[in-house]
Amino acid sequence: MLRLVVCIKQVPQVSELPWDPDTGRLQRELAEGMMNPACRFALETAFSIREKVGAKIAAITMGPPSAEEVLREAIALGADKGILLCDEKMAGADTYTTSSTLAKAIQSKIPRFDLILCGSSTSDGETAQVGPQLAEELDIPGVAYVDDIEITGNKARVRRVADQFLETMEMELPGLVTINARSYIPRYVSMTGFQAAFAEDITTYDAAALGLSPEWIGSKGAPTKVLRVYSPRMDKKNIVLTGTTKKIIGSLFSLFDDRIGGIIGKDLKTDKKAK
Amino acid sequence: MNEKRRAIWVFGDYRNYFQNRVTLQLISRARELALPIGAQVSVIVFGHNVDEIVGNYTAHGADRIYLTDHPRLAEYSMETYSFLMERLARQEKPEIILIGATSFGREFAPHVAKRLGTGLTAGCIGLDIDENGLLVQRVPSFGGNLIAETVIPERRPQMATVRPGVFQELEPDPKRVAEIITVPMPEHMPPDRIRLISSELREAKVRRLEQAKIVICGGRGMGSKKKFAKLYELAELLGGEVCATRPSVYLNWAGHETLVGQAGKQIRPNILLSFGISGAIQHTASIKNAHFIIAVNKNPNAPMMKMADVAIVADASQICNALILELQRRIATKQSHPSDLSGNSAV
Ligand SMILES: Cc1cc2nc3c(=O)[nH]c(=O)nc-3n(C[C@H](O)[C@H](O)[C@H](O)COP(=O)(O)OP(=O)(O)OC[C@H]3O[C@@H](n4cnc5c(N)ncnc54)[C@H](O)[C@@H]3O)c2cc1C
Repeated sequence: MLRLVVCIKQVPQVSELPWDPDTGRLQRELAEGMMNPACRFALETAFSIREKVGAKIAAITMGPPSAEEVLREAIALGADKGILLCDEKMAGADTYTTSSTLAKAIQSKIPRFDLILCGSSTSDGETAQVGPQLAEELDIPGVAYVDDIEITGNKARVRRVADQFLETMEMELPGLVTINARSYIPRYVSMTGFQAAFAEDITTYDAAALGLSPEWIGSKGAPTKVLRVYSPRMDKKNIVLTGTTKKIIGSLFSLFDDRIGGIIGKDLKTDKKAK
Repeated sequence: MNEKRRAIWVFGDYRNYFQNRVTLQLISRARELALPIGAQVSVIVFGHNVDEIVGNYTAHGADRIYLTDHPRLAEYSMETYSFLMERLARQEKPEIILIGATSFGREFAPHVAKRLGTGLTAGCIGLDIDENGLLVQRVPSFGGNLIAETVIPERRPQMATVRPGVFQELEPDPKRVAEIITVPMPEHMPPDRIRLISSELREAKVRRLEQAKIVICGGRGMGSKKKFAKLYELAELLGGEVCATRPSVYLNWAGHETLVGQAGKQIRPNILLSFGISGAIQHTASIKNAHFIIAVNKNPNAPMMKMADVAIVADASQICNALILELQRRIATKQSHPSDLSGNSAV
């Protein structure tokens, strides 16, 4: 029986984040959490492996207490157990400390795993760095942006497209893959699944329980520091054209035929006699 | 010669045309960043029979090239490349390593950063040196509504992946010379735990959106797939490329490879025609280097209209159709006067 670990992140649900135009601040309390789409597909990939060769699936997340919801969802969908890494000291992590924390938890709680599956990137941070760094931290091989995976014995055969190359690779296990969104069509959660999820056990660990020094996690341990955050300004003096289509096209060309013509390399003047 | 001058490294990512362009763009920016900190620009090349690439990087501004040439490096390998990069960086201690945010670069950089125990900023859209000589990395954050500036104050090297199309490559100078340092392949390499079975370049309809000088972008306001399709006709007349916002991609009016914005590509055309686009920051952060923007939107207050040079308050699809007709008329006039000057024969 294979042991699979799926790393999941909770991200804000709305694609258009609630934004306070006056203060320029993100109203995070208005943003509802959901499972990051690519993580959803990582989970789905784990299920399809289980269907073919049999597997135990553990879902793991680092996040605030509310992140327990995505573990419940994972269990409702079919994961066997959930692990929540939750501690104020873990907050403000960059990808370096996130991957260290996940690695430490996996090493101590699920040491004999065969394959780790992550989403290829998250819809909020979009760094795509945690998967590869987790593989490094655990000293196992890792392949990112995987579309397809097949396990035979202690090897995984993966397919992916990277920089226009369609690649097929064979990776030794234990290993790690990051899964693209859209590789599979995700299943729906049944109501019985959701009920089961409430009965199921989710274990929560804080930094102390994992033997993690506060110096090495969260924002404290992060090599990357945020200097400042600002809204990009957009200043351009703009000319507004209104009216009928005919009028607009007329003024557009009388004002800019040279400029547009110059850029596209074509003479757009109609009035030759004027030259 | 092992003079310990500070160095900015650029990883020579050359596997395909686009990857190589990002490398050239980074060499160009690295030269500018090198001035205030008195550094030199080195390009790291792993490969086999890559003299042409080395020449290319020299002409484009490298001061020094570290080259490991070995048959085992003929194909890109994450594990081998990460091992070699870590080894070389530990030995030479560069201040900064810049890597293009290609698929390979985005996967390779985190491996290397972790091995070196240092920080890495993903998908930068801006790089500067501050008064303390630190690399300031600008990256869209919180869904792109804000730009975050990050630094790596203590650990070294400071690492960043940088999106294609953010910087402009230098004109090549064939007379330039660079110091070439040959780094032999180490005798003992850890076995590769990942074996490449096959790799084929998919000559998809690879359009060079990031390089395009003329870009037509369509948003949800185009109204339908059929109306959106007209943008291609317009692009044909203008000799440009079509791109799309996320809703247009989700609605399947355009392919994912045409997405422009935080989740897609970064463009810097000489002219951008924007049709039915609201101008969400996730989109506009990636078009702000466009030189001249014409936007069409029914809503004069849309942010896209505010950032445009010319804001046309009208129905996007109607303007698109009218433009096609007008351009056809103007260009056709020229064709019937073959003696005309303008080099406009290719329509
Ligand atoms: C993490 C994250 C990443 C994202 N990444 C990207 C990205 O990479 N690229 C991207 O584009 N988006 C991205 N988005 C989405 C982005 O926030 C916007 O939702 C998107 O750019 C809006 O696209 P749009 O302008 O086409 O559509 P809308 O915002 O719906 O705007 C349509 C516009 O068309 C106008 N309009 C309607 N009808 C007409 C008509 N008949 N004629 C003329 N005008 C008309 C409307 O006034 C409106 O301004 C991202 C969002 C998040 C949260």
